[in-house]
Amino acid sequence: MGMFILRRVGVMLLTAFCLTFIVFFMTNLYPNLEKLAKTQGNFRMSDEAVVSYLTREGYMAPLPVKYGRWLGVLPNHVTTNDEGVTTGKCIREGVNTAETAPRYCGVLQGEWGYSSVFKDDAGSIIAKRLGLTGWLALLAFAVMIPAALIIGVLAGMREGSRMDRTLSTFSIASSATPEYVSGVIFIAVFASSAFGLKWFKGSATSAMEDFTWANITLPVATIALYGVGYVARMTRASMAEVMTAQYVRTARLKGVSFGNIVIKHALRNALIAPFTVIMLQFPYLLTGVVITETLFNYKGFGWMLVQAASNNDIDLLLGGSVVAVVVVLVTQLISDIGYVFLNPRIRIS
Amino acid sequence: MEPLTWTGALGTLLNPLFALAVLGLILAVAGYLLVSAYENVQAAFSTTSGGMVMSAPHSESLARFILPTAVATLGLGIIYLLAGIVTPYGTAGILGELGVRFLPVWIALAVTFFLSITYKRKLGLYGKLFDSPIGMFGFAIVMFWVFTAIFVAMDLIITHDPLGQVSGMKNKLPGTPLRGAAEGDYTHYLLGGDNLARDVFSRMVKGSQVVLVIAPAATLFAFMVGITLGLPAGYFGGKLDTIISFMANLVLAFPVILLFFLLVTPEIRAAGIPIPGTDYIWRVPTILASILFLFPLVFLVVLFDSRYFTQPSKRNLYVGLTILIGGYVYLGMAWDADPFGLISIDGGVLIVFVSVVFVNSPTVFRIVRGLVLDIKTRDYVAAGQTRGEGPWYIMLWEILPNARGPLIVDFCLRIGYTIILLGTLGFFGLGLSSESPDWGTTINAGRRLLSIYPHPAIVPAIALMSLVLGLNLLADGLREESLKD
Repeated sequence: MGMFILRRVGVMLLTAFCLTFIVFFMTNLYPNLEKLAKTQGNFRMSDEAVVSYLTREGYMAPLPVKYGRWLGVLPNHVTTNDEGVTTGKCIREGVNTAETAPRYCGVLQGEWGYSSVFKDDAGSIIAKRLGLTGWLALLAFAVMIPAALIIGVLAGMREGSRMDRTLSTFSIASSATPEYVSGVIFIAVFASSAFGLKWFKGSATSAMEDFTWANITLPVATIALYGVGYVARMTRASMAEVMTAQYVRTARLKGVSFGNIVIKHALRNALIAPFTVIMLQFPYLLTGVVITETLFNYKGFGWMLVQAASNNDIDLLLGGSVVAVVVVLVTQLISDIGYVFLNPRIRIS
Repeated sequence: MEPLTWTGALGTLLNPLFALAVLGLILAVAGYLLVSAYENVQAAFSTTSGGMVMSAPHSESLARFILPTAVATLGLGIIYLLAGIVTPYGTAGILGELGVRFLPVWIALAVTFFLSITYKRKLGLYGKLFDSPIGMFGFAIVMFWVFTAIFVAMDLIITHDPLGQVSGMKNKLPGTPLRGAAEGDYTHYLLGGDNLARDVFSRMVKGSQVVLVIAPAATLFAFMVGITLGLPAGYFGGKLDTIISFMANLVLAFPVILLFFLLVTPEIRAAGIPIPGTDYIWRVPTILASILFLFPLVFLVVLFDSRYFTQPSKRNLYVGLTILIGGYVYLGMAWDADPFGLISIDGGVLIVFVSVVFVNSPTVFRIVRGLVLDIKTRDYVAAGQTRGEGPWYIMLWEILPNARGPLIVDFCLRIGYTIILLGTLGFFGLGLSSESPDWGTTINAGRRLLSIYPHPAIVPAIALMSLVLGLNLLADGLREESLKD
């Protein structure tokens, strides 16, 4: 077990390294840098001016060097301008000088860089936005998981029954409704003047300070709806498989009541597979969060990623990508380890 | 012209009946689910019930109402849609006139279903689909959109120019008469106007074309890539498997939305590697396309080569034809270098296509690899190996045909998922031009005024949802029927 976890963590670190390098490569392609230079300087910069700006800021260095600097394993880039003032990523006025500033200044040292859109430290922006999204995702999960498990277990315990067919059709319909469809329909029906039902608010901006029933229900329902169907179908499949197992048949022949079979015998084993599925829902949740936050104007992590990407805010986009990739990889790791841990047939061998 | 109402004069008669039927259906289904769930929970905690077959009298009596109310709702719905065909223009309202516009689709659907049900015993898995009501329903929805896309290409169905703006029609409600309609113009905007005064209905049906061309094609390409890589990875195993699996996991760990934001931008389309000595720049979309589009070609060449290895004349013919035709399409699609100038893809569409293929192929790879790992332990594979069949013949002609069931089911599901991905791209305004009538882009354009004028966004949203739902139901029906063998 220890060896297994160690190997998984090793693969995870390698994957994280590769992925961050790919993101770094794509954000540092020349047309992206050119756009950055023009937004930082002015839009009528000549090609020579762009090159000289990028050279001064250290963007023209070879890619592995730039990546090493960003990661914090190579000395940071510093420039001295005509007046002899030295500037660099970790040289802050009033805090330290060019001599006392740390030479290595990257993600490993906790320096996430500077956001060119929000004019602030990228690390603190990410932390703040992640906190906002955390609440939204938590609420969405709190609605989604119990609903999906109940639907899945009820549908799967008697495969082929009318109950199963009704609930399965519902889960198929819910997994055919992406967030931008359900969100649009929810807003139109429950928040617009066209239908007259103004039960909820079509914007969740006010939910960033304070949740109320009116401003958070629609975003949470939007995120949860798309996930419910998928998790419920996986739970149903797993439950249906367990219900045909030999030991369940033995229990029936012994005369154990149907309810006891479901609750005491089947449920425990039937919930192993959904556990991994739920963990693997996090990557999809990210897409859902980005769409929902954009649609409802909730300024969380997803909204921040959209802003960073559309303005080519390199430091913020890189930071956001690292967080997203790490979240995905850690949930995959938990899912793998959890699966082995929960399943005695694998755990013991 | 008078503005149209939703159900017209016919509605005064039908609306109360329809409301009654829908109410009955909702009460029956909801009541059945609640009572049945309650009975199950109660049974779970009572220790007295000993048998495994429980009587559930209350939920069963409610369940008896589901079918009649569903039939009544469906029947009345059909009357709403078809009444317009026999009544004068406007009597059956917007719904009736929509039904008239879709008349060619209804006829084509009726013919398809009549022929398929008549000959269903001779049609293999496709025929068996008509034994499953769910599968049939899904198939009907999918074919509805397929026929719509075909007939729109023949200039039927569509009422106005999808890009044409008519002054005074901005954000008008469904059923608004066209201002200043000339002789021969269609007199109403059936589903209203959008914020640029274009006809929402025409854009929606035109958008079905974009979606139904890109999504199945992209899914097919993803399958070619996934199969070409998944077969050897599963069959040979070892280092090859480790390397390809690691790369597939790399793409799978990449959040889809992030990949889209990094890959589908105007800047990326401009980036590329300049080829020294020439003016040519090898652009990123072209690089990706030239790699990904190579897989179908390789797949087909290996497919024919391994089949007709022992008949050189036949093999040369098939492989030669594949390379000639495939190479021509490949040059046109990936490199935009078709010598006759017939095949070329717009840069925005190409990058959308490539990124969707890129996102889907690792999942297909994993499915194929898993299936191969399972099937390669079977006896008929061992028999083939003993006969001295080559590894590629065994992979493509022994293993692949036996893995077709799960692959066909996943193909249907994956087209649906691809449509959702395309919609996501459109929703963020990535790739396709902002004038494009595809559903994602239209939802994006409509969502800004959502709380005042919801119709321009709702119409494409419901269209997209229905098509994906149809594909999912079709996949469900196929899975059920293919498991029955």
